[in-house]
Parts: sequence; C-alpha cells; structure tokens
Amino acid sequence: MNSTQQLAEHVQKQFPQWVIATHAWRGDQTVILQREGLREVCQYLRDDPAMAFHLLVDLTVVDLCTMGTAQLGDAFRPMPAVDPSITWTHFTEETEGPRNLWGEPSPRFEVVYHLYSLAHRHRLRLKVPIEASDPCAHSVTSIWTGANWFEREAWDMFGIIFTGHPHLKRILMYEEFQGHPLRKDYPVNKRQPLIGPVN
Amino acid sequence: MISGGILDEHRGAHSVLWVLVSGLLMETKTNETRSMFLNVGPSHPAMHGVIQLVLELDGERVMGADVEIGFLHRGFEKMCEEGPYNNAIPYTDRLNYVSPLINNFGYCLAVEKLLDITTTERCQYIRVLMSEISRITDHLTCIGASAMELGTFTVFLYMIKAREFLWELVEEVTGARLTISYGRVGGVKADVPSGFAERCKAALKEVRQVLQEVDSLLTRNRIFFDRMKDVGVISAEDAVAYGITGPFLRATGVNYDVRKANPYLVYDRLQFDVPLGTHGDNLDRYYVRMEEMVQSMRLIEQCLAQMPEGPINVDFEGRVMPAAEMVDHAKLGRTEGLKQWAVSLDPTLEGSTKPFFARVNVADRRVMLPPKEDTYGNIEGLMQHFKLIMVGHGIRPPKGEVYFPVEGANGELGFYIVSDGSDRPYRVRVRPPCFPIMQALPRMLIGDMLADVVPTFGSVNMIAGELDR
Repeated sequence: MNSTQQLAEHVQKQFPQWVIATHAWRGDQTVILQREGLREVCQYLRDDPAMAFHLLVDLTVVDLCTMGTAQLGDAFRPMPAVDPSITWTHFTEETEGPRNLWGEPSPRFEVVYHLYSLAHRHRLRLKVPIEASDPCAHSVTSIWTGANWFEREAWDMFGIIFTGHPHLKRILMYEEFQGHPLRKDYPVNKRQPLIGPVN
Repeated sequence: MISGGILDEHRGAHSVLWVLVSGLLMETKTNETRSMFLNVGPSHPAMHGVIQLVLELDGERVMGADVEIGFLHRGFEKMCEEGPYNNAIPYTDRLNYVSPLINNFGYCLAVEKLLDITTTERCQYIRVLMSEISRITDHLTCIGASAMELGTFTVFLYMIKAREFLWELVEEVTGARLTISYGRVGGVKADVPSGFAERCKAALKEVRQVLQEVDSLLTRNRIFFDRMKDVGVISAEDAVAYGITGPFLRATGVNYDVRKANPYLVYDRLQFDVPLGTHGDNLDRYYVRMEEMVQSMRLIEQCLAQMPEGPINVDFEGRVMPAAEMVDHAKLGRTEGLKQWAVSLDPTLEGSTKPFFARVNVADRRVMLPPKEDTYGNIEGLMQHFKLIMVGHGIRPPKGEVYFPVEGANGELGFYIVSDGSDRPYRVRVRPPCFPIMQALPRMLIGDMLADVVPTFGSVNMIAGELDR
C-alpha cells in the first residue's frame, strides 16, 4: 500500500459492515466507524502488515453540540444594532440535534483517533460517533497501551466512558470537579471551588 | 504489593534460612516487610514543574510509582475555542515554554493547512531556523538541568550560558525571550533583522564551544556514566506501544522523526542526520540529545546559506517618515505620493515594514495583515487591517478538520483543528509530546533505586505547560 489515497477505502472494503463513511479532506485520510466495530478494526489496523499502525498518536473527542450554529463568536458578539443582517440561530437539542461538519445529523460526540505507521509512514484518522444518551466507547488500551491516559483525559474533559479501561478516573481535573469542561455546554467562565487534599 | 524479581530471590533465600534457624531454635519468627510511600512533589526542587510522583519503596528500591498530573491545567483548548484564530498564538507560547517557537509554527502550519495556503520560501527558512534554535535551547535546558541534579552544577551554568546566546538571538528576532508570539497564520511577525546571519554564526560558535566543554565534563565522567547507564530503560516495543516519540523514542533505536518521515517546511531540502540510540536508557537519551543539537546547528547553518533574500520590490528612495506623521497625513486626505514613503516604526514592530513584510508573509488578504505603510497610509490597507482585527470578522477557514504534526523538542507535537467556518476554531487539540512519556514513567522507575528517579525524570524533559495544557 504505497499510496495513502487508498488507505481509507481499503479499510472500508475490509469492514463494510462497520465503516459509515470515509473522506480525505486536505489529504488527511479519515474513516468514520460504528462504535461496535472499533476494537475489531483497531486490532486489524495494528496487526495487519500492510497497515502496521503501531503508534497511536492521539486520541481526543469533538463535541458537535454547537456545530454549524455559530455565525459569530459568542464571546465577541457585537450588538445586533451594529449589523442588522446578523441573525442569531440558537441550537436547541429538542428540535434539531447536533450536526457534523458536513451538516448531516450526527450523534453529539465524535471520538477521534490519529494513527501513524512507522513502517509505511502513513497516517489515518478514525472517528467514532457516540450518542449523548449513551456516551460509551470501547477502550483500546489493550491494543495500544498509550491509550490509557488519553482515554482518561477524554473521560475527564468530555465524559466519554471507555468500557474495559483499567482505571478510568480524572487526570487533569481533580476528583471533586463537577461536569466535563470541554463540552460545549460547559460555560467558559464557570467557577468551581477548588477542593484541597483532605487533611 | 508489587515486588521485583531480584528481591523475591533474596527474600526466598532469607525465608529458607529463617526456617532452618527457627527450626533449630524451636521458635517461630515472622519476617515482616512493609513498603514505604514517598510523595515527591508537587512542589519539589528536583521536579521540573508541578507534578507529583507517589513512590512505593522497599528500602531504596522503587516497587511502584504513580504519576499525578494536572496541576498546571489552564484550559488551553477551551480558551482557544473562545477567540479568533490568531488569538491562540500567545497561548501556544505557554505550552512548551522552553521552545515556544516550535509551538507557534505548529499551530500556524495547522491553520494554514486548513486554509490551504503555503507561506513564502523565505518565511519557511526562517521558521526552520527559529525552530532549530528553539530545539537547541530545549535540549540545553534538559541536559543542563538533569546534569545539575546529578551534582555537576558547572554543566548547568555552562549550558545556561549557551542558552543565553541563543535567547539573545531569539529576542533580537521576536522582541521577547520566552513568550515570543512570533508566528502568524500565513507568515511571521517580522523579517529577521539585518546582520542576523553574522550574529547567529557567532552564537553558534559559542554554543559549539560549550558543547565541547560539556562533552569533556560529562561523557567520560565515571560518576555521570554510572548514574545514567542502564537506568530508566524502556524497550523499543514498549516505547511505541505507549505512543512515545521524539528523542526519547529515538534513544531506543526507532527511527522516527517527523522532519524526515513527513517533511514539512523546507526540511526535505536540508541535510541532517537523525541520531539513534540502542539501549533506551538515560545515557542514550543524553547522547541523542547532544547529537541532535549538533544536527540542529548544521540545519541552522544551511538555512542561513540557502535562505533566499526575496525581492524588495518597493523603492522608497530613502524617504522615511514617523508612523504617527503618516497617520496624520492620511487622516487629512493628503495621500498623494504617500505610497512611496516608508514609515519608521516602534522597535517592537521592526521588520514589519513593507519591503520586509512582503517577503516573509503570504500575499493572501484573507489571513495576513497589510504592511504598516498600507495600514497607516491608505484606506484599502486600513480596511484590510480592520477586517482581520475586528470582532466577528477575522480569519475564516472553510469547514473542515486537519491534523498537522511537527517535530517538537520532546517529540511529535500535533495540532488537530476543527473549523466550522466561523472566525473561531471549533476545536483545537494539542497532541502534547511529553504526555505519553509521563505515562510510561512508572514503567521506567519501577525496579530502579530511589536515587535513579531524578535522572530518569530529568531525561523525560517534562514541561508542565504542554503536559497539563
């Protein structure tokens, strides 16, 4: 597999039952997967000699809750009198539901994996949509040891539960912290009491 | 309780002996072992930043280790979502604050990929040059600090002296030493000052001399060698499984350097070698870092030699006026012939006048502020400036997502940016290079002695700013 162009399509051919879509915007090969097939696909991607993705570069989450609704930055909204052409569109979960980058209805969260193959020097991005009502994904810690802390961070910041994770607890915030700060509905100015160690 | 193999054998031998002795004396004795817990940090002189290690000790041997991070969490990713694209640049300075230039350029390159623009050749050379200077300062700090913790204070002072020469260069170019904010989407703040190449070469000469001195002080130093050799070992397989990159991974023998594997900027035109270790211990990491500095200096020299001057296609014929005067002229509508004048600027903006600005920045008006003459002297420039600065306007990349990795001083530094088409990034994610290394730290510490914690932790070169974000 010399051309990375076919990488995403190859995965799609291999797992037609799990792959929802693929794209290669700006040359970044991306495979969007169903949650149920994540572990199977990851195992294949790591162990297949043509893939050999031994390095899990990054694991993160995107909260699509306000995607496509921002005309202007909330923090910098000028008064409407300045520009009457600006219309505010407010997202309401009941009526619309989150949308992905391409405007299609989508589950609220996307877990994003960036993989790199040391042998073939190619990169691949996996995205797994996760419903807000059931924010669970399978842990890939048994496939890449390094996923451990990344998954803890994803839990800490977004509240995604990774089933099968050996020790899923907060990593950057403290244990008593309420909520998940990188979710889009967590207010940026919200303050919480900083709870010190129990003496 | 976790226990190491060697100790088990000892204990086994002891218990056999005890059975014999107690059998002879006809009395029963229990051999009780209790491990001791030791908190190192969050505020400890040997911890480079705020971090806590909870060590489980059996005598002097480390039987278990737990790493607590997050003390310096400032919500970098959340803050980036709150402002326009260029607002994130000062925040990136504060990620890895020992080599902030690499963070700046990493972020800019990711946004440029989002916008699908390529910077000018001179700008790319400047970015490589400044990145390599940063890499040297980072490695100097790392080796200097870890050597100091092993008792060689002289090395620390020498290396900080060398770093000072480089930081003077950085200050000259960017106007600041630490929080430089030099990168811009589509270019850099300003061109390098005149005579920079000579001063850069002079600084490199000093750094070479310091490296030679340090080499003679450390490399064949019996104490240093024994403290570093076979300490903090990690195998290549483990390092890859943990997602470790950078000098740390290369010390285990895995040849992965983003500059070679996925060349960005002009790295594919420059000659440099990637030093590799074999054992994955502290000593190899020291060797790799020392050699990387030499390679970085090679890169800097090539950049200085190859850097295109770029055309200065504006002829001002020596007509220069102060910036405030030009603004007054323009306000009064006396704009005739104003385009042929240059402005003299505040020293902090030096290098961002028209002739220099154009050769280091893209001409793309979607992203780049106009040169100061245009901002002050004509309405088109002023409008372009305001369109980029005003709230709710600014840079607006198309909808999409990109990941851009660069080789940071500690490993692969990646920015994953999601754009929803507005003026603010929808999501900015940093792939922090020392995050996976810290995760693997317990694995390297367990089985070693308590005194080995300090050199091993020093070789991680943990930067709390990028670890906790």
